[in-house]
Amino acid sequence: MSQNPQTLFQKIWDSHIVAEEPGAPTVLYIDLHLVHEVTSPQAFSVLKERGLKVRRPERTVATMDHSIPTKGGYEAADEMGRIQLRLLEANASANGVRLYGLDSVQRGIVHVIGPEQGFTQPGMTIVCGDSHTSTHGAFGSLGFGIGTSEVGHVLATQCLLQRKPRTCEIRVDGTLRPGVTAKDIILAVLAKIGVGGGTGHVFEYTGAAIRTLDMEGRMTVCNMSIEGGARAGMVAPDDKTFNFVSGREFAPKGSAWDQAVARWRTLPTDAGATFDKTVTLDASSLEPMVTFGTNPGQGVAITQPLPQPSSLADANERAGLEKSLAYMKFEAGKPILGQPVDVVFLGSCTNSRIGDLRAAAGLLKGRKVAKNVRMLVVPGSQSVKQAAEAEGLDQIFKAAGAEWREAGCSMCIAMNGDQLTPGQLAVSTSNRNFEGRQGKGGRTVLASPLTAVASAVAGRIADPRSLLNGGHP
Amino acid sequence: MSTPQFTTLTARCVVLPIQDVDTDQIIPARFLKVTDKLGLGEKLFCDWRYLDDGSPNPKFILNQPEAEGTQILIAGHNFGCGSSREHAPWALAGFGFRAVISTMFADIFKGNSLKNGLIPVVIEPAAHAELVALRAKNPDLQLTIDLKTQTVGWPGQMPLMFPIDPFSRTCLLEGVDELGYLQKFQTQAEAYEAAHA
Ligand code: SF4
Repeated sequence: MSQNPQTLFQKIWDSHIVAEEPGAPTVLYIDLHLVHEVTSPQAFSVLKERGLKVRRPERTVATMDHSIPTKGGYEAADEMGRIQLRLLEANASANGVRLYGLDSVQRGIVHVIGPEQGFTQPGMTIVCGDSHTSTHGAFGSLGFGIGTSEVGHVLATQCLLQRKPRTCEIRVDGTLRPGVTAKDIILAVLAKIGVGGGTGHVFEYTGAAIRTLDMEGRMTVCNMSIEGGARAGMVAPDDKTFNFVSGREFAPKGSAWDQAVARWRTLPTDAGATFDKTVTLDASSLEPMVTFGTNPGQGVAITQPLPQPSSLADANERAGLEKSLAYMKFEAGKPILGQPVDVVFLGSCTNSRIGDLRAAAGLLKGRKVAKNVRMLVVPGSQSVKQAAEAEGLDQIFKAAGAEWREAGCSMCIAMNGDQLTPGQLAVSTSNRNFEGRQGKGGRTVLASPLTAVASAVAGRIADPRSLLNGGHP
Repeated sequence: MSTPQFTTLTARCVVLPIQDVDTDQIIPARFLKVTDKLGLGEKLFCDWRYLDDGSPNPKFILNQPEAEGTQILIAGHNFGCGSSREHAPWALAGFGFRAVISTMFADIFKGNSLKNGLIPVVIEPAAHAELVALRAKNPDLQLTIDLKTQTVGWPGQMPLMFPIDPFSRTCLLEGVDELGYLQKFQTQAEAYEAAHA
């Protein structure tokens, strides 16, 4: 152990410094660069203009997820979407970058396939032109989203100019009760700190409730760190982490594996290391959480009434809450339980992994999606899709009346054909309930896969605990 | 593509008094299929700015006569949260904005803006409230943003200092190309790779 106790974040930061000049940000080495079709075209253009090539193609991985239709095939995309997808193919091939393209049986959402293929490993610096790169922090890596200019910087130099962020510990003690999940933890954290509460910070999630989560649950939590304004969210790696990574295609093998694990075991935050800030939460008292507003920090326990703007002292906050409730067509002080639902979306980089689909199918089995509800199930990757089909999960979804799609971002971002129509209310397992995020005029309630299924069955926002013992919502 | 530069700006301003404006509002995802940066200014705040039939929403601030020729946006707290899309500053700059004033910006948006010559100016809540009130009384209010002195001022107000990353400031004042700067560390990057192979 070093003399100075260090946090997980500090260890990774310090070990990736390439250079530091007075007055300038740190030149940080990037181990893994994930690329998708939407935020990379202008970056590749800069390289082309300057006659540059991707400096480390073997550290660069591309996939198609955002604008790709989940009905399969380019034909379903509109013309601009097709151009964008074709351009990624051309850019990847011109630079020797591995692409999980349209025909790949492993293609999927960038934050699903990184861990799935074993690219994501503890101790790494990982970037992507996508704010949910925070997902990869679940492995004890430093993953953060960057803009397109920076995508160009990393493509060309494998380095990035960064100021060191502050650290914030999010300690979640206690034990989750039945029907309460990782998604509810992070929605509760966001409700507590607000959408700007983590600005300037990197989160490290600690505490018994986090350690108990499996890797998929940890990914769900880290995924939404950006929703609190944090650049990254991390969880110290442990045996669960190593077991998840072990044997995956791009994970180290043989003696390299043993060396890697020995190195990874030194990563967790040392006893006595300090954070700039600490936030605590008791998992034992959590209930299923839902959002009621137009940002992910506007969440309540599903049994609670919606907040009253008059209870807020700050005029701007009051105006913000009024605006959100008006957009959502929800009434202050009323319960959110029982609100009629039009669409249920099970998918996105937050909740589209095999464990999410298993949990959802487990609750849906033998039940039906309510007549007035459209339910869309979109696996996070084609590998997840195949695994789910091998287990017969697709049959459960289809038998219940849900649509079963090809992998992609789908209705999380509504730029691929899957979207709400104006006024529709969706219960979604994704991460953003911004105005129009799931389609212009659409209204989004964020929730766990269990709450999504319970709401699909009831046709109204429903508490999943009502279904747990074979009950009816 | 030319390197963005900024020294001083004196211009009129408009107020968008909403907190937590996310980048999906600044530029909705359906416009992210572009493979260049052109035309995004027309889509800036699209779902607030245009009615369902595509005509301008007369109630939205950018459609009012006073918005004509404005170059500074006075925004609410935590402006630019959410998605990392650099299309957001491209759209703001495409419209003609060269600075945004708020009490706090989301991290990624702030970084993206600085790379596009759009200055994120952070001032204290009291000064922000005063500025909003002043602007309400005087639609022709002119603000001066001076990057050299890192100040923002308006008539009757001593210039206020605002924080800005010193490196970004130098890049903008001197037209330093950040990618070019990074490329100078090629040797160190190779040494790093050799040491970590
Ligand atoms: S699923 Fe949604 S949040 Fe995740 S990468 Fe795709 S668009 Fe972004």
